[in-house]
Amino acid sequence: MWRYAIPAVILLVLGGFFLRGLNLNPGYIESALIGKPAPAFSLPNLETPSELVSTSDLAGQYSLLNVWATWCVECRREHGFLLDLEASGVPIYGLNWKDERPAALEWLEVLGDPYIASAVDYSGDIGIDYGVYGAPETFLIGPDLTILQKHLGPLSPAIWASKFAPLIEAVPGQH
Amino acid sequence: MRLRLLLSTVLLSLCCTVHAQFEGFEDPALDARYRELIHTIRCMQCQNQSIADSPSATAVDLRRQTRELMTDGLSDNEIRLYFAERYGDFINYQPPFKPTTWLLWSAPALLVILGGFIFARIIRVRMQQPMDEDLS
Repeated sequence: MWRYAIPAVILLVLGGFFLRGLNLNPGYIESALIGKPAPAFSLPNLETPSELVSTSDLAGQYSLLNVWATWCVECRREHGFLLDLEASGVPIYGLNWKDERPAALEWLEVLGDPYIASAVDYSGDIGIDYGVYGAPETFLIGPDLTILQKHLGPLSPAIWASKFAPLIEAVPGQH
Repeated sequence: MRLRLLLSTVLLSLCCTVHAQFEGFEDPALDARYRELIHTIRCMQCQNQSIADSPSATAVDLRRQTRELMTDGLSDNEIRLYFAERYGDFINYQPPFKPTTWLLWSAPALLVILGGFIFARIIRVRMQQPMDEDLS
């Protein structure tokens, strides 16, 4: 009896792990920052570099911080949805990551600008603080500047509905 | 003709290596420590390479940050912790022992113990059988 039961149990356990492994995306690594305070930054505004965009601008509301760059193909794919989100009243800030200013300005002019402001992280230093390793990445930041969610890759209506919308609670005085 | 093609290929590939920027420390001891450290940090973009081996832009950034943190006087472990706080434990090739990783770390020992039990059981069963049964 045991002679057959033990290998069968081992096979089932291993098979369970392998089956789960087949359906996991090895590129997806959960952010270490969820539930932690958003790392502070104070960076030049893309459109008016003499002004600064800082974490304090994001306080008091649920907002998105979207990491984008003109060299990023997937960013172009998600851009239309960002415009939709902006039209529905979601405050979106951009982190223009490791990009070039003329190209970035042209991008916003041609494709439309969904951002309240884009902070310029030319060196990628703030990207490191946010654990960014690919664009696009989108963070949901709460009114108290806590990181509530992070998505790697382009946003879509389905991802918005399942990962982001449920986390946004109605705040008095904000729709 | 073929020789000329071969020569130009070799020369072109040389250009690329010559133009690679020097990254490191003047001080040999610090430089050796740096080289060893960057081999223990994973490139998150390319996952199966360390930041020492990867040419990707984020690996370049993480190497630069490693040098800055070393210049600030952080220890190797403090630097690994610094990156883990931002990118998660996966960035280190040796993740820490904690509730989500204890099974991973203790699996080899547990498997050896399990194998030992099975081995002992088989031996005990065989010992009880008559010695000369298999000799035929």
